[in-house]
Amino acid sequence: MNPIKLALTYLRIGVLNEMQYRINFFIQLLQSFISVATGLIGLSLVFGQVNTLAGWSRSELLAVMGVHLLMGGVIRSIIQPNMERLMDDVRNGTLDFALTKPADAQTLVSVREFRFWQLVDVIVGMVVISIAFVQLKGTLGILQLLGFLAALIMGGVMLYCVWLMVTSISFWVIRVHEISNLFEGLYAAGRWPVGIYPDWLRTGLTFLVPVAFAVTVPAEALTNRLSGTSLLFALGMTLLFVILSRGLWRLGLSNYSGASS
Amino acid sequence: MRRYIDFYLASMKIAILGQIQYSVANYFYMIGMITEPVIYLVVWTTIAKQQGGMAGGYTAGAFAAYYIIWTLVRNMNIVFTPYGWEWRIREGQLSMELMRPIHPIHGDVAYFAGWKTVVIFLWLPLAAILSWIFKPDFDIRWMEVIVFFLAIWGAYLIRTILLSLLGMITFWTTRVSAIFELYFGLELILSGRLVPMTIMPPWVQNLSNYLPFKWTFFFPIEALVGNMTDIQLWSGFGMQVLWIASGTLFLNLIWKSAIKQYSAVGG
Repeated sequence: MNPIKLALTYLRIGVLNEMQYRINFFIQLLQSFISVATGLIGLSLVFGQVNTLAGWSRSELLAVMGVHLLMGGVIRSIIQPNMERLMDDVRNGTLDFALTKPADAQTLVSVREFRFWQLVDVIVGMVVISIAFVQLKGTLGILQLLGFLAALIMGGVMLYCVWLMVTSISFWVIRVHEISNLFEGLYAAGRWPVGIYPDWLRTGLTFLVPVAFAVTVPAEALTNRLSGTSLLFALGMTLLFVILSRGLWRLGLSNYSGASS
Repeated sequence: MRRYIDFYLASMKIAILGQIQYSVANYFYMIGMITEPVIYLVVWTTIAKQQGGMAGGYTAGAFAAYYIIWTLVRNMNIVFTPYGWEWRIREGQLSMELMRPIHPIHGDVAYFAGWKTVVIFLWLPLAAILSWIFKPDFDIRWMEVIVFFLAIWGAYLIRTILLSLLGMITFWTTRVSAIFELYFGLELILSGRLVPMTIMPPWVQNLSNYLPFKWTFFFPIEALVGNMTDIQLWSGFGMQVLWIASGTLFLNLIWKSAIKQYSAVGG
């Protein structure tokens, strides 16, 4: 079966399912506003003291916050629910049901869940980015927009790959929920441009958990800091992450003994 | 009284023995938690350096001391969550606990208190590593250590009472997650978790004086790393006792009317 058609089918089921609980939209909206409000308070405290933080102005950091929010919405609507279901399936032995289906197993386990209302964060993130952009009085050239979108997509793919690798560990180690907790903690570091962190932490946030590529690089594209070379570098890293995660997934799968009833 | 002491000692022992077995999982959990203060610390150290060494009266070393002690206080602040209450009420798990001849909240307090003793031991090497990286300035007196030790347990009890009250909203409505998140947002700002309260605008500091939040975060940390006089230290601890006493009274009142509402949604 065509993987795109498969993903779209599951997407439709997910949307239909979530549409039954429409009040969740408002709850999600309120939660997004709370996180935007606390983010803005954090920014105003910082800029009560200084005019720029490590060379980033207030509006530029607002753009970073918007990208962080947007990407967080993508993680929580698509990546995290699927990976958490996968962890449970491996532990309970119910992954058998996915493996016996006549489709590529990796595609299948990556598209089964979809939290529609979490996309509110994506929209709120876009609004924050637009406000930041107006404040910056920037002009969005077509090249800049393409750079931003490319960086965003590559960042999302990299985050998915890291999640898949972490989840694949559950084929060997059963208790991995704490690891996903660790991931959430590290993702929070993306609220600020990774340039402000000490070297050891910045390296970790670039190569281990690619928050740098997922949040900082797209924000750099928006604020005219992105060079073609770093975009090419991001492309190379994306390919590397895709290959590595596919390899680890297959290795883990060959280790899966299944049906623990 | 005797049976309460026996119950507490037994529950704490169970928690200690159980949690020691999961020390690796506990470590992952604690490391995940440490990224939050490290982020704040890096941001504020950057600001302090940009301004020639100080921000809001704190040097880089003082920020490091604040956020390293923060990590222990945050761990002491982990109590039975309101989401746990939601689950307990929604799924009808509470029914079982109501059958016992002791208030269910004693079980929570005792179990988590036992866990805390494990957490404090696990925290020591983490604090050593963080101190080695961020080089905090500590200037500590004995009286500060004594009050700090009492204040972290005071903070633990206050937060247990607050979050239990919050969780008990589930007795009236099961759509609680937004209320919980709103609470956590307010707490983040008003407790000293985000930044030391002295960096907040004066009106926020003023507001926080009338609320219980800062006694669970800012006060215990400042007791150790700040420069309070003995009188300030003990009157701060007195405020904690006051909040615990009034919170307990209020909790009992709410509990009486809440339990009449209880019908175990599921289960």
